[in-house]
Amino acid sequence: MTSSEPRPRENQGKESRDRLNLPGYEIPPEMDGQIAITTLDRVYNFGRRSSLWPLMFGLACCAIEMICAQASRYDMSRFGMEVMRPSPRQSDVMIVAGTVTKKMVPAIVRLFNQMPEPKYVIAMGACASGGGPFKEGYNVVAGVDKFIPVDVYVPGCPPTPQALVAGMIKLQEKIDKQSLSQVRWYRKGADSVEIPVPFLGPDLIDPRNIPHIKAKSAELANPPAAENA
Amino acid sequence: MTTPVSETKLEPLGERLAARFPGAVGADTRPGYSGWVVEAARLIEFATFVRDELGYDLLSSLTAVDYLPEGRMEVVYHAYKTTGGPALVFKVQVPRVDPVEVPSVISIWPGVDFQEREAWDLFGIKFIGHPDLRRILMWEGFEGHPMRKDWKEAFYEEEVKPFKSRWPDGNHVYAEQKNPYGDNIMFKPGFDPEKWTPTDPEELLYASLKNYQAESKDGIKTDQVLVNLGPQHPSTHGVFRVVVMLDGETIVRLKPVMGYLHRNHEKIGERNTFLLNMPYTDRLDYFNSMSNNWGYSMAVEKLMGIQVAERAEYIRVIMAELSRIQNHLVLIGTLLSDLGAFFTPALYAFEERELILDVFAATAGSRMMCNYHRFGGVVRDIPAEALQKIKDLSFERLPRKIEEFDRLLTENEILVSRCKGVGVLSGEDAVAYSMVGPMLRASGVPYDVRRADPYGIYERFEFDVAVRYNGDLMDRYLIRIDEMRQSVRILQQAIKQIPAGPIVSVKPQYQVRVPAGEAYGRVEGPKGELGFYVISTGKPTPWRYHVRAPSFINLTALEKMCEGEKIADFVAILGAIDIVLGETDR
Repeated sequence: MTSSEPRPRENQGKESRDRLNLPGYEIPPEMDGQIAITTLDRVYNFGRRSSLWPLMFGLACCAIEMICAQASRYDMSRFGMEVMRPSPRQSDVMIVAGTVTKKMVPAIVRLFNQMPEPKYVIAMGACASGGGPFKEGYNVVAGVDKFIPVDVYVPGCPPTPQALVAGMIKLQEKIDKQSLSQVRWYRKGADSVEIPVPFLGPDLIDPRNIPHIKAKSAELANPPAAENA
Repeated sequence: MTTPVSETKLEPLGERLAARFPGAVGADTRPGYSGWVVEAARLIEFATFVRDELGYDLLSSLTAVDYLPEGRMEVVYHAYKTTGGPALVFKVQVPRVDPVEVPSVISIWPGVDFQEREAWDLFGIKFIGHPDLRRILMWEGFEGHPMRKDWKEAFYEEEVKPFKSRWPDGNHVYAEQKNPYGDNIMFKPGFDPEKWTPTDPEELLYASLKNYQAESKDGIKTDQVLVNLGPQHPSTHGVFRVVVMLDGETIVRLKPVMGYLHRNHEKIGERNTFLLNMPYTDRLDYFNSMSNNWGYSMAVEKLMGIQVAERAEYIRVIMAELSRIQNHLVLIGTLLSDLGAFFTPALYAFEERELILDVFAATAGSRMMCNYHRFGGVVRDIPAEALQKIKDLSFERLPRKIEEFDRLLTENEILVSRCKGVGVLSGEDAVAYSMVGPMLRASGVPYDVRRADPYGIYERFEFDVAVRYNGDLMDRYLIRIDEMRQSVRILQQAIKQIPAGPIVSVKPQYQVRVPAGEAYGRVEGPKGELGFYVISTGKPTPWRYHVRAPSFINLTALEKMCEGEKIADFVAILGAIDIVLGETDR
């Protein structure tokens, strides 16, 4: 349905309707625009992907480009993503925009846990994706994916607003492919996955890694004889 | 260019100090160093003398240096006169044996509060007499003082970059593979997380707030409420957190909590070569990478003793002033957002900002992280189209838009009633709290580094130092409009005068040779005096690399400004300080 000619007035919005319609079903011209023959998954995903509400949550430099993406020139609202919510309870996608530090990561995990399913995470920029230029720092977490699952990584330092919008469109494509019968959050018993919140001790402690930390530090205190020799 | 205390002044001052403090104060004679070395026991007496009799009322910077090979720690103070002129640098040297103790000068300059806490946090220097000496950037309970030279981070590889270990056989080895824990963490051998008793990192913080005495008014007993704002809060301009003690709606006490974006700028900076630090400075105050570059390149140029190419001087001024304008535009936009005019003024501001960022992208190649300065000049010339754009902006568009902002906002009744008389800070307090930049000038102190201690070629331009006298929110807003007008004036002159010629005075090279010594380069950034204190030992990396961040130090007076104000005004008062967390936490 791609055509370079200007669309006649009555056909406006046809493209998004076509996205909703299942291909191969002809709709009689007199009913065009009033009915759609489609699957439940398509309707459901169409609604979700067109109104992604990000969490108003900026960490560092990338947050400025995130604001730029919403501001005058780049205008993310064209894609239905402009409704920034300051509360995690109301948002669908968390854009981790900036360096994740050890001091901040407990708050990030808690915010992620507070978001209702379905929820998505975009790691914006080099720092959130893997530590970036600050990876070696003693207070820096080398990538937010060590703690929360990331759906889309946007490269750049910082990524331009266009790159962020492209990342959001990638997320929309991912949502398009999800199916109601398959997604985790509608399965019986399996509700939202709580991630144990890390805590700050002598250094950052991830509760999931406690046995590993214990074993390793015991090994460091009493190195095996082979290494001593 | 700032010169250290000039030759003519040095002798009388030296004699005066020798007469006043016989044997306790001596000139710093190490090659490349300047200033005075003061005995720790007489520091308070000396500091009082410096402030009251010599007139150095603004203590701009306090930082620590760890001289591990010599076995001593040094605390370095930079004091200025608000009437202008170069710095008085004095140092206290103490043996590097725990506990390292230095008297606190907080009773003389209250503005050192956070800086002394930072030195305690990162260097483990105990400031005797400091009322609230807690960690500031790291959390309470963190092990070690990370900026000490013998403290190695979990991902430590080598002293100097580029790390040879990264590419042993052309294959990349991840830092995670080298750390025993497989992550950026480090524990004492034998540490058992199950037997470890957690200490509450917030305990000391809340305790420091609770020493306020509850008093009953009109016979009714009141109870204070403790409110946490942040680190995830839409109005804190990033990951800033503040704990407020409230009496009803009124703020009684307030403690900022920082470090949620502490990215170890200084530790990384001491592993980087001199040039490698340039892109890192971009990420300090990420609105103004051009000004940040300037401060750092100025400090290193002083050490190297090189001049800046003539054309590059003009380019630097043009870029710094464009940067100031877009910073102030964004500040006004977000300040209005904080006051409730949700996003409309910000949209206007961002429209102009994008035009300025286009210029940056055309010259430096990047919108925000410009990485534009090099020692002795800049990295690329301004393309002709970009220069034309700057011309159009500064002669036509920006003056018109600044007037538009002024017309739309300044007399707006809601803005005036929310801002007039709120968050007042007097001139004396502002100086005592080491406030700098627009915050200081809004309190009636006309102190601008571009005039007080001119650097670059600012002496050649005609402009006024903007000053307002009420010290309230309204003046802090107005002074930004004034400053944008002055910046446009400077831009117009600079564009008319810019000469042709080379853009860098020395041969550009990746590895620069920096002679041993110390240097402090400071520029008037849009947020205030931004200083870089760099110590070189002649090696490829700086021995000490410290950033005197205006956002960080301006926060010292936050409690003072907020006391007695309503909690709803807090976000506006914070917004008007114009903090950027990348610079606050570094």
